[in-house]
Amino acid sequence: MDILSLFVIVPVLTVLVLVITKNLKQARLVSLVGMTVQFIMSINLIFAYLKERAISTDIMVFTKDVVWYETFNIHYNIGVDAISVVMIALTSTVVLAGIFISWKIADLPKEFFISLLVLSSGVFGFFISLDLFTMFLFFEIAVIPMYLLIGIWGSGPKENSAMKLTLMLMAASAVLSVGIFGIYFNSNADGGALTFNILEIAQVNIPLAAQNLFFPFLFIGFAVLGALFPFHTWSPSGHASAPTAVSMLHAGVLMKLGGYGVFRVAMYLLPLGALNWSNFFLVLATIGVIYGAFGAIMQKDLKYINAYASVSHLGLVLFALLMINKTAWNGAIIQSLSHGLLTALFFALIGMVYGRTHTREISKLGGLMKVLPFIGAVYVITGLAYLGLPGFSGFVAEMNIFVGAFQHPDMFRRILTVIVVSSIVVTAVYILRMLGKIMMGPIINDEFKNLTKAAWYEKTGLILLMIPVVAIGVMPFWLSEMLKESIEPFLERLL
Amino acid sequence: MDWKSLLLMRYELGLLAIILLLIIFEIFSSKKQKENLISFAIILFAIHTLVGFLPLDKGELFGGMFNTNALLHFFKGTLNVGVLILLLQSADWLKETVVKQNKATEFIMLLFSSLLGMYFMISSGDFLMFYIGLELATLPVAALVAYETSKRISAEAGVKFILSSALASGTAIFGISLLYATTGSIYFDIMAEVLTISNLSVLGFIFFFMGLAFKISLVPFHFWTADVYQGAPISVASYLSVISKGAAVMILMIILFTVMQPLFPVWTKIIYMVAIATMFIGNLFALRQQNMKRFLAFSSVAQAGFILLGFLSNDQLGTATIVFFVAVYIFSNLGAFGVVQAISTASNKENIDDYEGLYRTNPKLSLLMMLALFSLAGIPPLAGFFGKFFLYAAAASKGYYVMVFIAVVNATISLYYYLIVVRAMFLRKNENAIPYFKSKPYMRLGLIIAAGGILIAGLYSPLYNYIFSISSSF
Repeated sequence: MDILSLFVIVPVLTVLVLVITKNLKQARLVSLVGMTVQFIMSINLIFAYLKERAISTDIMVFTKDVVWYETFNIHYNIGVDAISVVMIALTSTVVLAGIFISWKIADLPKEFFISLLVLSSGVFGFFISLDLFTMFLFFEIAVIPMYLLIGIWGSGPKENSAMKLTLMLMAASAVLSVGIFGIYFNSNADGGALTFNILEIAQVNIPLAAQNLFFPFLFIGFAVLGALFPFHTWSPSGHASAPTAVSMLHAGVLMKLGGYGVFRVAMYLLPLGALNWSNFFLVLATIGVIYGAFGAIMQKDLKYINAYASVSHLGLVLFALLMINKTAWNGAIIQSLSHGLLTALFFALIGMVYGRTHTREISKLGGLMKVLPFIGAVYVITGLAYLGLPGFSGFVAEMNIFVGAFQHPDMFRRILTVIVVSSIVVTAVYILRMLGKIMMGPIINDEFKNLTKAAWYEKTGLILLMIPVVAIGVMPFWLSEMLKESIEPFLERLL
Repeated sequence: MDWKSLLLMRYELGLLAIILLLIIFEIFSSKKQKENLISFAIILFAIHTLVGFLPLDKGELFGGMFNTNALLHFFKGTLNVGVLILLLQSADWLKETVVKQNKATEFIMLLFSSLLGMYFMISSGDFLMFYIGLELATLPVAALVAYETSKRISAEAGVKFILSSALASGTAIFGISLLYATTGSIYFDIMAEVLTISNLSVLGFIFFFMGLAFKISLVPFHFWTADVYQGAPISVASYLSVISKGAAVMILMIILFTVMQPLFPVWTKIIYMVAIATMFIGNLFALRQQNMKRFLAFSSVAQAGFILLGFLSNDQLGTATIVFFVAVYIFSNLGAFGVVQAISTASNKENIDDYEGLYRTNPKLSLLMMLALFSLAGIPPLAGFFGKFFLYAAAASKGYYVMVFIAVVNATISLYYYLIVVRAMFLRKNENAIPYFKSKPYMRLGLIIAAGGILIAGLYSPLYNYIFSISSSF
């Protein structure tokens, strides 16, 4: 069995074992074992990748190719480069942390963990796929369990939020499928056979008209998942209604599929389309960054703040990708990682606060630092990392993005960059205000004095997420070095 | 004529033998033995289904009136599997109600006669055989629809069905006569050579198409669908939506891709417009249905619209994707109808509201229902995803990207109403949920086969590859 397929097989096997579990204890134990294995495998993959990269010059390593549907030339074709490797590592970290955070899930525990793992198997499959068909298949597998996860275990107007989220994302995948057909039926432009293979299509000169026509389909199809303005509306309500672990997984990992897909499929396969459309989508991404930041200022509910902040920070990823240069792309990938970890931390912390105080409204919270020192401290660190304090991952990411964006000499991009940079200030406003209000100051509710301290599983989950945040912040060059070689072949297509 | 060549009609002769055996059983059995009739019929039909998959030669009989080839052979086998699942799923209902009224043999005989008609219809080599097959396939179903004679709604559905069918058959044969007038022949081979685009032949084609559109329930000829499904016994409704529709799609495809090839520029436009209308109307009407049978009726109207996408490609790819989709659709729809049947037999409830909280009392049934609905909606890794994706690919291969876009928009709309049922079963909590019940063995077997098909038919690619390889055979 090859090293990559295991990333899909382990979650599926875990699901199969989960089917026969009887209660919460068994279900969480099985999930924990499965996902710990997955986590160790993903750490191992990083080192295996570095070793392989030293001796190989291929774009993708650990490739494996099995013919699936011969007549359509559909293959089960997998392989990774540095970008997928770090995304896989991010996913396994967040999923494992999510299992810890859901340690006490009460209602239908078995079904909860099954849905969570089905979702994660879709995400892992997406990141290892090199075939558009299998990629699309895993993309949809990753989306559909959200309906049950939010609908059954969510809170608030969960039925509506779940329906809205599912329909919007499935509509996006429908749009995406049109784009995929557009690429597929133009992949014989140079006289070869029709193919779904990403690396093979990259060698084909798809006609300009087709590129211009299908780029928006692919871009929007993926970017809806990355909360592109004005298609972000599923995100705040969905995140607010979702249970903690699902918000973590969704904002932390699933939304990264959007940026990854834009990078790996839309821009790589349709470079001319990307160049022609980049200004248009840059404007949308800029609006998204600013809109998300101001949206977050206006919110009173902690989850809504974080949801809008995600719109803003993921807008930054799309913005950086559309800037098309090495520094900005480096920043985009680090931002994906950083945001994935930080937003997962935030949602986990909000879940912990909500689980104890039974409110998420800022005005009803205050002085939690005194009663919940561990959670409070992590909350403050997360907040500071989120607004880009040096020493944490957020700073590295944003620095790269802005430096890269400013490298463009033309006025249009300069202006957009200045607008986007100003969002940092707005971010600082809502993060610091939130931290000050809920953590510092007097304890405004006497009931808060009896709150239970963080349990071991909560601490484990938080520390698990915190370690890479600090690691990226302290040693960014190690990561940039690893990403550099994988970014270059993609960038060459666009220059 | 060599008697061995009659073996080309193995399916038809086998089914005829089963019908005769059932008559003999009916005559010579005592009243007590009649309870075994259902099992007897199921076992005979299961053997028939298995034997059907043995290899069969390509050939024609009666001067080209009847022909068979690998694709038709496979398709008949698929229909058999569908009818077998359907029989298994309706066995309990038959035992509990129909056997007591002493009408079970007739029910099964009518069902098999209709299937026999479909065999002849899809194997036909000329319009006479086609018409005989069509009538043989339709008339018994009218009796089946009105089978619950004590229910007024069932009788009403029977009348509606027979009237609209008669109208459809009349329209079809009028169209055929016009086509005969232009070509001077009713044989498919000869017509394909001499047919040209003229006002008369186009008019003939349109009438003929209207006749078949009734059977497939394409918009605007779908009005009978919901009422008939609602009034008919569930097994008959699922027969109509799956087997009858599948066979009609098959013969429409054969005729369009062979006989009507000279009229390609005309029928491709008609199919294009009808497909759009069918998808939208079917989906939009399904949104507000409360009764599961009506709900599935409109869902099946919409599904027929998706099938039409395959017609647009007009080549081997189109044939393969249509046949594959019909096979997948049989499993998916029978999965959904099977659960409806099981719940209806156990608790007599058929509304979506009644399904609220079903997962907490009957998890396995709910899970199967969800799988079936997701497969119909085209969610991976279930078979329906592959079926739909390939149909889109067939349309896109000829540059119909706008059509594909309309179809994917409709797939999203359809997901909404499929999720409504999932929402009722999984998300809602209900004090008065349908209590736990254990399905009978036959029903369980029927559901398991359907579930197996839903799970495997897509992931296991040799099935599609085989269909594609035989799709060039006519």
